[in-house]
Amino acid sequence: MRALLILWRRELALAWSGGGGPLLACGFFLCLTVLVPLAAGGDPAGLKPVAGGIAWLALALSSILSLERLFERDLEDGALDLIALGPVPLELVVIAKAKAQWLAIGVPLALTAPVAAITLGLPPEQAPLVAVSALIGALGFALTGALGAALALGSKRGGLLIAVVVLPLFIPPVVFGAGALERAVSGLSPAPALALLAAYVLFAAVVTPFAGAAAIRNAQG
Amino acid sequence: MLSVADLTLSRGERVLFRDLSLSLAAGEAVALTGANGAGKTSLLRALAGFLRPDAGTIAFADADPAEAQRRHLHWLGHLDGLKGARRARDELAFQAQWLGADADGIAAAVDVLALDPLADLEVRQLSAGQRRRLAFVRLIAAPRPIWLLDEPFAPLDARWRAALGVLMQAHLDKGGAILAAVHDPLPVASRAVELGAGR
Repeated sequence: MRALLILWRRELALAWSGGGGPLLACGFFLCLTVLVPLAAGGDPAGLKPVAGGIAWLALALSSILSLERLFERDLEDGALDLIALGPVPLELVVIAKAKAQWLAIGVPLALTAPVAAITLGLPPEQAPLVAVSALIGALGFALTGALGAALALGSKRGGLLIAVVVLPLFIPPVVFGAGALERAVSGLSPAPALALLAAYVLFAAVVTPFAGAAAIRNAQG
Repeated sequence: MLSVADLTLSRGERVLFRDLSLSLAAGEAVALTGANGAGKTSLLRALAGFLRPDAGTIAFADADPAEAQRRHLHWLGHLDGLKGARRARDELAFQAQWLGADADGIAAAVDVLALDPLADLEVRQLSAGQRRRLAFVRLIAAPRPIWLLDEPFAPLDARWRAALGVLMQAHLDKGGAILAAVHDPLPVASRAVELGAGR
């Protein structure tokens, strides 16, 4: 447990050092939510029905930005070898890194999400639901993102490959998250969509450590 | 402490060596020699569990290989795992703590390796030799019996080659073992194993 805390603390420090990853992701997120209305002709009423969907798409795209940092740099500079010889199995290392990614990138994005969603035309009273659903969804993005980052390890143009691997895996949380917002706006309970979102996160939490660790071992060879 | 039997290792289509057997006893240092590409680094990486051999066995005394690799091995390769943007103090502390060192052990290792004046610099500001000394902290601060070293002296000046030689001898005197891939002589080595490319 102590070893995981040591790793976790370092991952958070690395996320904030050398360019402020969370600020970059949040800035990108807000830029997307400003650009979409402009590209759609600046008609707020026209955007309102799809505001939740656009916010979730922007959230998904912003979550991809710093995934390359997650394992690739550790592979390049030898830190992954050192980490592999630590007291903790690689499976737990993958989980620890994904959780750090969630805390460093996902949580700031989720806290930015209500601003973005309201800018896009979602009713302000939905802000708490946007934040809660984005917090859950961002954990799913961090977990499946970690799997994509591990699978792309060692490949040329890894960043692009991560996006190609990860984006299809991001479809369910985008659908469930946007669905929760749509149901709430329509006066229905968002609970079923949130439950599906939580189920996705649980599934990712089971699959990612084992598949991610196997991909890392393969890349180390 | 460590024994290798009938090990065959290849990289892609190229067989590095076949049926290699060697053993490493407590208090013993073995120098791995051979031309570039002979498989020295690959052998060390296989022993550390990073590469899967084509055939043969790797056994550690009294321990399952995976457990031994996580608890009994130190690996120091060409890449030191240090992050350039972080302070030397933070990086050496992470590396050593991750491998089980406590604060007193780290402080003692920093003292022995004369790293205190460098500790507040960013790693990217350090020379290759200074970085190598930084990476050595984990070996001293987090005691593990088997050291696998790849060109440990390469970036070091004469003074620090001698000093690290003394630290290696101290490790051997405590019952540790060292297997080091080298091109230059390894002063503490009791014997050498030469790998031939394509053997």
